Amino acid sequence: MTDGGRMTELRADLALVADLIPAGSRVLDLGCGSGDLLAHLMTTKHCRGTGVEIDPGGVLAAIRQGVPTIELNLDTQLGQFRDSSYDVVVLSRTLQAVHRPGVVLNEMTRIAPRLVVSMPNFGFWRHRLRLVGGHMPRSKDLPFDWHDTPNLHHATLIDLEAFFASQRLQVERRIVLDEEGRPRPGRGANLLAGSAIYVLGRA
Amino acid sequence: MSRSLSGSEGVGVVSTSVERLFTPARPLVLANGEVLTEVDVAFETYGTLNAARDNAVYICHALTGDAHVAGYHEGATSPGWWDNLIGPGRPVDTDTWFVVCSNLLGGCQGTTGPSSTNPATGRAYGLDFPLLDMADFVTVHRALGEHLGVQRWHAAIGGSLGGMQVLDWSLRFPEEIELAVLVASSSRLTAQNIAFSAVGRQAIMRDTSFHSGRFADEGTSPDTGLAIARMMAHITYLSEEAFNEKFGRKSQHGQIARGFGIDFAVESYLNHQGETFLSRFDPLSYLYLTRVMDYFDPFADVDALDAVRRHPVNYLVMSFDTDWRFSTEHSRRIVRALESSETPVTFREIESPWGHDSFLLEIPAYHDTIRAFLECPRGVVDA
Repeated sequence: MTDGGRMTELRADLALVADLIPAGSRVLDLGCGSGDLLAHLMTTKHCRGTGVEIDPGGVLAAIRQGVPTIELNLDTQLGQFRDSSYDVVVLSRTLQAVHRPGVVLNEMTRIAPRLVVSMPNFGFWRHRLRLVGGHMPRSKDLPFDWHDTPNLHHATLIDLEAFFASQRLQVERRIVLDEEGRPRPGRGANLLAGSAIYVLGRA
Repeated sequence: MSRSLSGSEGVGVVSTSVERLFTPARPLVLANGEVLTEVDVAFETYGTLNAARDNAVYICHALTGDAHVAGYHEGATSPGWWDNLIGPGRPVDTDTWFVVCSNLLGGCQGTTGPSSTNPATGRAYGLDFPLLDMADFVTVHRALGEHLGVQRWHAAIGGSLGGMQVLDWSLRFPEEIELAVLVASSSRLTAQNIAFSAVGRQAIMRDTSFHSGRFADEGTSPDTGLAIARMMAHITYLSEEAFNEKFGRKSQHGQIARGFGIDFAVESYLNHQGETFLSRFDPLSYLYLTRVMDYFDPFADVDALDAVRRHPVNYLVMSFDTDWRFSTEHSRRIVRALESSETPVTFREIESPWGHDSFLLEIPAYHDTIRAFLECPRGVVDA
C-alpha cells in the first residue's frame, strides 16, 4: 500500500490473512484498524471492499489510504450489511474483544459465505506458566495488563474450535502461529501456538 | 480578516458573478416538463482550474445559503458561510482545488427564483413560478460547469439540502463526480421533518401580507410569517444541549420580569434570528425550496442505483451525534443503500454538541476527515 507515496510492509499476520483471500474478492474487514489489509488487497489483488472500525484514529488513517471505511459498532450495528453481500468477512484479533462473539459470528456468516478469523491463544504455554506462577497471562499476543485490556473473552484454541462448531461453522483451514507470528506447523497447537488464523465456512 | 484554527488566511476579497445560463434560445426544461426561458445564476469561484480541468470542487449550499461560501465581500466584516472549510491550507484547499459555489435555482441571492421578474408578464413570478425538483438544481449546476469548462468534478460537497443535491447529482450522473461528500444530509425526510417544514410554510402563507404570493405587487411582504418560520426552523438546527449551553434559562435583561415580552435570552436570540433573516431571504424561495426537500426520495426509484453501479462514485457520508433534524439514522440509510449496491462509501458519525448546525462549524475530526478524503491518492479503490 502507499503511505504518503512510500510503500510500507504489511504486518506479518495480516500478510498471512491476505494470502487466504482470493484475488478479486469483495472483502469486509471488521476492525480494520488503519485499513492496511484492505489497502494491500485493493492494490495487489484487485479486491474491493469496506473496512469497519470504531476507533477514530483508525478510521481517519484508513480514509487516508483510500479505503472505504464505515464507523460502526460491531456488537450492535452489523445488521446494516445485506445478506451474502461480500465474498469474505475478516475479523482479525477482535473476536475476543466484542461483547457477544456468537452474535458477531452469526452476523458474519449471514454477510459472507467465508470467514477469516484470527485470535490469540490463551492456552499458550507461556500463559499457562504465568498462571501457575500466580499471574494473569501476558505475552506478545496478550500484551495487556488485566485492568487495561480490550479483551473480554479468553479462549484456548480447543475452546475456540468447539465454539465454532456450536455456531455451525466449519474450519476449512487453520494456520497456527508461533509467538513471533510465524506459521508453526505440527502437533500441540493448543500448547504451542501464540495465535491462530481460521478460514471458516457455513457448515 | 479572521483565521481558522489552522491559522491560515482565507481566500481574501471575493465577489459574486451572475451569468445568464438559460435563454429563450436555450431554455431550462424542468424535471416536470415546465420551461423557464431566462435563468440567471449567481456564483463564486476560488483557486485556479488546472490545465487538465480535473481539480474542480463544487459546493452545494443548504436551504438558506448562497454563492458566497468563502472569503470576504468588499468592506464586509463577516466571511462566507463555509469560510472555515475553504481556503489556502484549509480542508478544501484552494491552493489545490478550484472551488465553485452557486446560489441554487429558486433561491433569492442572485439566481432566478419565484421573486424574480417573469419575462412573460414583467412582474414577479410569485406562485406562478413552477414547482422545482432536486434534479432541477442539478441541471443548473451542470450548466454552470459547462460554462466554466468543467465536465468532471473531483468532488461535490454539500451539507443538509446541499448534500441532497450532491446525492441526486452523483446518482444520476456518476461519471461527472469522482468524490461525493454528504454532511448532515438525508435521502428522505421523515414525517417529523415534513411537519416542521409544513408549519414554516403555513406561517408564511397565512400571514395577511402574503396576498397569494403577489405581495410584491401589493408593496408588502409576509415578514411575520417568514420570521416565525425561521425561528422555528432554527430550533431544529441546534441541539437541546446547545441551547442549554448557550442560553440556559438566562434572562435577557439581567432578571426575570414576568410577562409576555422577550424575557429569556433564548427568546431574544430567536427574535434576532427571525429579524435578520428578513433582510436576506425571500418568503417565496422559502416555500419552494423547503417543498423540494419534502418530495426528495431518490431511493424510492428501484433503478436509482443503476448508474452508480456502472460508474462507482466514492462517497463520504457524515452525521453529527446530536443532530436531530437529520439524525445519524438519515445518514445510515444513505450508507445502507450505497453500500448494498457495492458503491464505495465511507461513513463517520462525528461527536459534536451543536446539533445540525455542526456542519458549519470548525470541528477538527470533521474537517480532518474531509481533508483526508479529498487528498488521499485515489486510483487504489477503483482497482
